[in-house]
Amino acid sequence: MSIIPGWARGRGLFADSKGPWGPSSGGTPPGGGGSDGADTPRPGPSSPWGSPGVKRPTGAASNVTSLDDFIARSRARFGGGGSGVGQRPPSKALIVWGLVAAIALWLLLTSFHRIAPEERGVVTQFGRYSRTLGPGISFTLPSPLERVQKVDVENIRNIDLGSATSETLMLTGDQNIIDIAYSVRWNVRDPELYLFELQNPEETIQQVAESSMRAALSGVTLDQAIGEGRGDIETRVQDSMQRILDFYKAGVVIQGVAIKQADPPAAVNDAFKAVSAAQQAAQSDINQARAYALQLRQLSQGEATAFEKVYEQYRLAPEVTRRRMYYETMERVLQNVDKTIVEVPGVTPYLPLQQTRPPAAALQEPGAGAAQQQGAGR
Amino acid sequence: MTNVILRRPLLSAIIALVVLLTLLSSVRIVPETSQALIVRFGKPDRILNRYQPGAPIGSEGAGLAFRVPFADEIVWIDKRVRDVDMERQMVLSTDQLRLEVDAFARYRVVDPLRMYIRARSEENVSTALRPILGSELRNELGRRPFADLLSPERQGAMENIRRGLDRVARQYGVQIIDVRIKRADLPDGSPLQSAYERMKTAREQEARSIRAEGARTAQVIRAEADALAAQTYAASFGKDPAFYDFYRAMQAYQRTFVGDDGKARPTNVILSPQNQFLREFTQGGGR
Repeated sequence: MSIIPGWARGRGLFADSKGPWGPSSGGTPPGGGGSDGADTPRPGPSSPWGSPGVKRPTGAASNVTSLDDFIARSRARFGGGGSGVGQRPPSKALIVWGLVAAIALWLLLTSFHRIAPEERGVVTQFGRYSRTLGPGISFTLPSPLERVQKVDVENIRNIDLGSATSETLMLTGDQNIIDIAYSVRWNVRDPELYLFELQNPEETIQQVAESSMRAALSGVTLDQAIGEGRGDIETRVQDSMQRILDFYKAGVVIQGVAIKQADPPAAVNDAFKAVSAAQQAAQSDINQARAYALQLRQLSQGEATAFEKVYEQYRLAPEVTRRRMYYETMERVLQNVDKTIVEVPGVTPYLPLQQTRPPAAALQEPGAGAAQQQGAGR
Repeated sequence: MTNVILRRPLLSAIIALVVLLTLLSSVRIVPETSQALIVRFGKPDRILNRYQPGAPIGSEGAGLAFRVPFADEIVWIDKRVRDVDMERQMVLSTDQLRLEVDAFARYRVVDPLRMYIRARSEENVSTALRPILGSELRNELGRRPFADLLSPERQGAMENIRRGLDRVARQYGVQIIDVRIKRADLPDGSPLQSAYERMKTAREQEARSIRAEGARTAQVIRAEADALAAQTYAASFGKDPAFYDFYRAMQAYQRTFVGDDGKARPTNVILSPQNQFLREFTQGGGR
């Protein structure tokens, strides 16, 4: 708050281009200097903000900022600050003790190692492999002599190859294309091999995974890869990876390969869906036919059984049973229909046929009826 | 001695520093992962921590090494297995199909001196081997039909490529451990599209045949059921065809005129008095 107008003033001077720091209007620099000189030694405000605030009114009144002024002030301030630290030379004993402490700390830090349960510490003595530390607290020679590299051997690491969002296309044995995503889980078995044998262990594992997966897929058909062959492919890739990595002395164990996704490529997905739709349709056709067959079997057996029951009775008293059935049926039939009885043969009855709505259902021909009844009566 | 140091502190400090630096520069740590080729005045002198097949980790070689200051120069050469990742190669099979192949080779410097003389650094070896790997791959795979390209491991092609590449690599003091195909893809554009088209049509064909097969199976099931029903009927009704005729006629009348639900159909029946059902009207009525 107190400074900003001062800056603004300075800028104004700049804009007027009347010399960067020189006094523009006829102020009195010695006066300003004098007032500053009077202000700075004051012990009261120790903060640098304090003094301009105090001298503010006089500065505004004189309207002066000079380089000399500034230098003088800075010098005074610097001198004050310097005197606060003190210029006593540090004692030699202190330096020696400091050095000893630093060395002791260094020895402690570099020779004392805490190996976590999942870690192993690979000790190299002047760069040469010396031993592997198990979990717990261990001591080694201090740093330049022995170094410890901690390797996490238990943690199972995951490499994802291919993803659900982008297509990773591979060729199968029947020259089809499959979109595959899988992950490989591995951990370190021999930390010293892992550290010293391969230049890029992780990259190597990834390359070997890709290579093994491609080789495994080239041995199966697309349908196997999409369908029931997955487990087989996973084991095959795992075995193959382990074999190759052991050959490289990578010192890792492949814990498992998981195929997360094995689909036909998006471009042909619809055709694959059509196949499963066709399978569903065919299955439902077959189901319907089975239902029909079941129904028909029951029906036929039912009818046959019913006939046989009646037939048994009929055999006991054929004539009577036959007549009874005949009359009962006629009774049921004729009691519910409109009947017309025509006495005289040769009289053509003009029947109100329009009332008999379904003409086919009407028995118009007496001869036909008689024939049936004759047949029935036989 | 102390007097000299006290009298000339600056000079003695400088001398001490120089001695220290010389001592330090005469000692080098050879890490387990590197081979050190020591060159004295430009002439190769000795190799430390050289790769020995089958030697266990931590054997002689790595560790402290001494060199003559200002005379010996140490060239560090990786001892580990390194890889050359090849750029994608277009391989043309004998049946004129194209395949894009990504391969990698693993190698290890077994003769550091030769490698240093011929190539100076591992990177240069990689750069030199990369195109050779590509051409070996093309030559070897180009002699095979497309179907074999998908699993070249089985036909020993990769071993041939490894051997061919190894022959060249030995000139650089490098041993090729393994060559593998990482990826093998159909090239973008028409080969890929036609493969898609083939897959699509194959699936459509499959879909149709599945449908047809389903329909056929369904029809067979129905026909078998019909046959079985006919058999059942015949076995039962055949016991007395005449009675069956009558029995069935009765059922037919019933169903035709009354229906299964018991409600009459709208039917007009014109009967002659001679009808058997009405015969009592004409014959026995007055009796």
